[in-house]
Amino acid sequence: MAGGKEVRTKISSIQSTQKITSAMEMVAASKMRKAQDRMALGRPYAKRIRAVIGHIASASAEYQHIYLQEREAKRVGYILVSTDRGLCGGLNINMFKAAIGDMQAWQKKGVEVEICALGNKAAAFFGNATGRVIAAVRDLGDSPKAQKLLGPLSIMLERFESGDLDRLYLVSNEFVNTMTQKPTVHQLLPLVKISGEKLQHKWDYLYEPDPVTLLDGLLQRYMESQVHQAVVENKACEQAARMIAMKSATDNAGDLIDSLQLVYNKARQAAITQELSEIVSGAAAV
Amino acid sequence: MAMTIHCDIVSAEQSFFSGLVEMIVVNGTEGELGIAYGHAQLLTTLKPGPVRIIKAGGEEEILYVSGGFIEVQPGLITLLADIAERNIDEKSAQKMRDEAAQVLANAPADVDYSRISAQLAEAEARLRTLQAIRKASGK
Repeated sequence: MAGGKEVRTKISSIQSTQKITSAMEMVAASKMRKAQDRMALGRPYAKRIRAVIGHIASASAEYQHIYLQEREAKRVGYILVSTDRGLCGGLNINMFKAAIGDMQAWQKKGVEVEICALGNKAAAFFGNATGRVIAAVRDLGDSPKAQKLLGPLSIMLERFESGDLDRLYLVSNEFVNTMTQKPTVHQLLPLVKISGEKLQHKWDYLYEPDPVTLLDGLLQRYMESQVHQAVVENKACEQAARMIAMKSATDNAGDLIDSLQLVYNKARQAAITQELSEIVSGAAAV
Repeated sequence: MAMTIHCDIVSAEQSFFSGLVEMIVVNGTEGELGIAYGHAQLLTTLKPGPVRIIKAGGEEEILYVSGGFIEVQPGLITLLADIAERNIDEKSAQKMRDEAAQVLANAPADVDYSRISAQLAEAEARLRTLQAIRKASGK
């Protein structure tokens, strides 16, 4: 029975892999539900504050905050939101591809690129690749805390304020549904004016107490909410992508076991037939 | 019927209110504001305190807001709250106030005054909101 034993060990090893992947699928499914809830809770605030900031950017204000000033790009910054762990399909790689495509377009124009990496995967990937990583956060955890993101964010904001960076982008995955996650590159700084909305006349806000303190506080809050929401959304993407990846891994393991079982059965049959014919021919010889 | 304006109230954790209002009364850092249809474009920070919403049709609702921003556009009011609450826990608010008041009264040298007084203001604003809610529903 040549090969029979090897095939059997192979089958049992694939079976234990299948058990692991199906367990991971179920864990990801339950974590995804929580992550999705968290994402849904934060979404209205992030959406509204983005609308308010759009209004501010299109107002003809007497006080022009530094975040509103459009400068010629000499150096651009990217905040990359990735996952802590792998085994989530092409989620990170697709996002990195989108980011690298964007970065290369800048680099062709002779613009330098700086990177702030959130999550282990981006930190590891861009640590070896082109571009300069100037800030990184590892181990975001399942429920990412805003405090953990403040440090690297404030580094990037300071560099923008001091004129070291002229653009700041946020790259993360958008959660479309469980099957689809879309990598997006979103410009944080300078603030993007709302296009399409036609305002007939120039207008400005009444500010209370005064524009400087007010805008400082509001813009700071805006940046925090955008980055935090991106991280939370990426978490939901990660769990969804992992669930799908593990589901297909479980299915593939099942297919593999089926075909190996066929090979095993054939080998077993052949061995029996051979043995029988040996016995029969042996008996005939006597 | 009075003219109405669309109003959105969101906190970092959830969306609280979205709909037409006749007027909204908030505590800005510079004083109390009543905002109705036709208000000039305004941007201001908020103090901890009650937010009174007079909905289309005259129905009133009172929320507690711990601070944040309010933006007024010709057709839209957006209130971005840090923390907003519909149901206020009176006991915990009282406890918070008493603790803060005690710390301030004892005045140890290492006390962080700005933090403690912010805590005191928040607790008092919560209790004030609760009173306002009771008064409104007691009518």
